[in-house]
Amino acid sequence: MATVSAFLLRRRGGAGWHWTDVVTWVWLIGGVILMFGPAVWLTLSSFKTPAALAEFPPSLLPYVTQQVMVEGHDKPLPLFTVTLPDGSTKALAEVRRIGLVAQMIDPADPKTIVKVDIAKRAPLQKIAFAASNYTEPFIHFDFLRYLWNSVFVTTMATLITLVVNSMAAFALSKYQFRGQSMIMMLILATLMVPLGVIMVPLYSIISALGLVNNLWGVILPTVATPTGVFLLRQYMLTIPDELIDAARMDKASEWQIYWRIVLPLAAPALAVLGIFSVVWRWNDFLWPLIALSRKELYTLQVGLNIYSGELNVQWHFILAMTVVTMIPVVLVFVFLQRFITAGIAGTGLK
Amino acid sequence: MAAEMPATASPTLAGALFVPVRLAMGVVDAPLRALQKATGLTGMASFFLLPNMAIFSIFVLLPLVINFVYSMTGGTAIFLDGRSFVGGEQYQRLLTCASYLDPNSCVEDKFWIAVRNTGVFVVVQVPLLLVVALTTALVLNRDMRGRSFWRAVFFFPVLLSPVVTGLIWRWILQRQGLLNLLLFETAGADPHTWLTDRFWAFVAAVGVSIWAHVGFYALILLAGLQAIPRDIYEAAEMDGTRPARVFWRITLPLLMPNLLVVLVLALIRSVQVFDEVYVLTGGGPGTSTLYMIQYIFETGFASQLRNPGLAAAASILMGVVLVVLTLMQLAASRSSEKRGKR
Repeated sequence: MATVSAFLLRRRGGAGWHWTDVVTWVWLIGGVILMFGPAVWLTLSSFKTPAALAEFPPSLLPYVTQQVMVEGHDKPLPLFTVTLPDGSTKALAEVRRIGLVAQMIDPADPKTIVKVDIAKRAPLQKIAFAASNYTEPFIHFDFLRYLWNSVFVTTMATLITLVVNSMAAFALSKYQFRGQSMIMMLILATLMVPLGVIMVPLYSIISALGLVNNLWGVILPTVATPTGVFLLRQYMLTIPDELIDAARMDKASEWQIYWRIVLPLAAPALAVLGIFSVVWRWNDFLWPLIALSRKELYTLQVGLNIYSGELNVQWHFILAMTVVTMIPVVLVFVFLQRFITAGIAGTGLK
Repeated sequence: MAAEMPATASPTLAGALFVPVRLAMGVVDAPLRALQKATGLTGMASFFLLPNMAIFSIFVLLPLVINFVYSMTGGTAIFLDGRSFVGGEQYQRLLTCASYLDPNSCVEDKFWIAVRNTGVFVVVQVPLLLVVALTTALVLNRDMRGRSFWRAVFFFPVLLSPVVTGLIWRWILQRQGLLNLLLFETAGADPHTWLTDRFWAFVAAVGVSIWAHVGFYALILLAGLQAIPRDIYEAAEMDGTRPARVFWRITLPLLMPNLLVVLVLALIRSVQVFDEVYVLTGGGPGTSTLYMIQYIFETGFASQLRNPGLAAAASILMGVVLVVLTLMQLAASRSSEKRGKR
C-alpha cells in the first residue's frame, strides 16, 4: 500500500505539490473513467435481463429479483424483504398486488396470506449474469452470419492490402522508371479523397461489375489504400539497395528479391499496416451500408445498426452483440497498444 | 519518418505470420522469372505496380472522374447510360436560395440545413477537440511512471468502431442511462431523454465525436512535444522562468507547426462527420444533427426520391472544400517538416 501511494503521489522535482500536478492527476484519472467507463457500463448492462434494463434508476451491476417455487402456484413467485409491523424483516413471496397492497405469503407457510403495504417491501435481489443475451442471438438472429461476413471481409481485405500495397511500394522504392514521380504524386493527391465524395459513382461502378450485394464489392474498393503504399514505401526506402544488388549478383529473380528480402525486412511496417487494416475493415460502416442490402450479407456493423434502429429495440440483444463486436478491437488494444500508439505518433497513420 | 518506425515488432514473429503467404509466393516464381527475362527490370517494376494501380484506378480514380459526369445528369437511374444530360441544373438547384442565411428559403432546403449544421459542428467541435487534445498531450508528456499505459488510455476509443461508439453513447444518454443515473444520484434530477432534445442532441454529437477522436490528435501532438529539445526547457528552468511563461513562450511556439497540421486534419475530418453521429441520433431529432455526408448518402441511396446526380453535385461541392483544406494541410506539414529538419 505504501508503495502504491508513493507511486501515485510522486511529484516532479520532489518539492511541494504544484497545481499542474493536481491537474495532471485529475486529467489522467478522469481520463481513465471517461475513456473506459462507457465501454464497461455497456458490458455490465449487456448481462442484464430486459426487466432490469427497463428500470430507473438503473443498478450498476446486473441484478435479478430472486424467485421461489411455492406449493399451489404454477409459476415461481418473486421474493421480497418485508418490514413487519413489529419492526422485524422477513422474506415473503408476492402472490398478487392490488393497488397499494400486496398479498404475500411465507414460502414456509403457503396457506396464510399476509397483506403488506407496498412501501414496506423491497425486492430481494441477487447478482446474475443473463448469459442468454449472448447465446440467443446466435440461435435466433443472423448474428453468426454477420460475424462470419465481418471476419471474411476483414481477413481478405487485409491480406490483399498487404500484398498489393507492398508490391507497389517495392516498385516505387527500389526501381527507377518513367512516370514514377507522377504515380507517387497521384497516390499522394488521393490520400485525402474521402469515401463521401466518391460514393455515388463508386456504387455505380461496383454495380456495373456485378458486385453489389457481394462481399467482394465491400472488399475491393478498400484494398488499394494510398496510406498503405505511402507508409510501406517510406519504410522500404531505408532498406539498402546494396542488399538487392547483391541478390541480383546471386541470380535471384526480382520476385524472389521482393518476397525473400524486402518483405521480411519490411515486416515491422507490414505489421503496423496489417493491424490498422484489420481495425479499419472490421470497423467499416458507411461503405458496407451502401454496398450491401441483403440481410444475409450484412457485416456486424451494418447488422447492429439496422437492428438497433428497428422499432422494437431489443436492447438486451443489441448490447450483447455490441460487446462481441468490440472484442477484436479490445484484444488489439490490450496486446498491441504500445506498438500502435508508437506507429501513429511516428507516421500520423489512422 | 520511416526511421522512427517502432522497433518493438519482432521480425521473427511477424515473419512467422507470413509463412503461408510466402510459401504461396514461392510457387509463382518460375513463371515470373520467365516474365522477367522477357521484359527486363523496368518491366518488372510495372508488374509490381500493376495490381495496386488497377484497383486504385477502378475504385478511386475512375469514380473521381465520373463524379463530374454524374453531377451533370438527371433522373433516378444508377448507370450513366440511363441518365440524361442536364448540364449545371443540379448545381443550380443546390445553390438557389432566396436568402443564404435561411435554409428554408432554398430550393434544396435539406442541403442548406446540412451545410449549416456541418458549419456549426465544425466551428464548435474543432476548437474544443484541439484544446482537449493539447491538454491531454501536455499531461502525457510529463515525467511520470506508466506513461505508455496513460497514453493508451486516451487512445482506446479511437480503435472502437463508430457503430459501437454510437451505440455505447445512445445507451448512456437514454432515459434509463448512466447519465440520468448519475444526475439522479448526485442531484436528484428527473430522468431526461437527452437525444430527443435538439440542443442536447447537438451537444452529444460534438461530445461523442471528441471522445472518439481526441486520442488520435493527442498522440500526434505528443510526438511534436517530444521533438522539442530538452535543453531549451533546462535553460528556462535555470533562469527560473515560471511554467505558464514556459508554456506560452517555448512550448506553444515550437509546437505551432504540429498544431497547424492537427488543426487542418481535424477540420477535414470534422467536415466529414457521419457514422458515429448517424448511429447516435440518426440525424435527428428532426434535422438538428443532419450533416453533409448523411445528406449525400440519403440523397444518393436511401430516400424515396433518389437523385444520384444531385448527390454527386453536392459531393463535388464538399470535395472543393476538402481540396482547399488538404492544400492547407500539405502546406502545414511542409512547414512542420522543415522544423523537424532544423
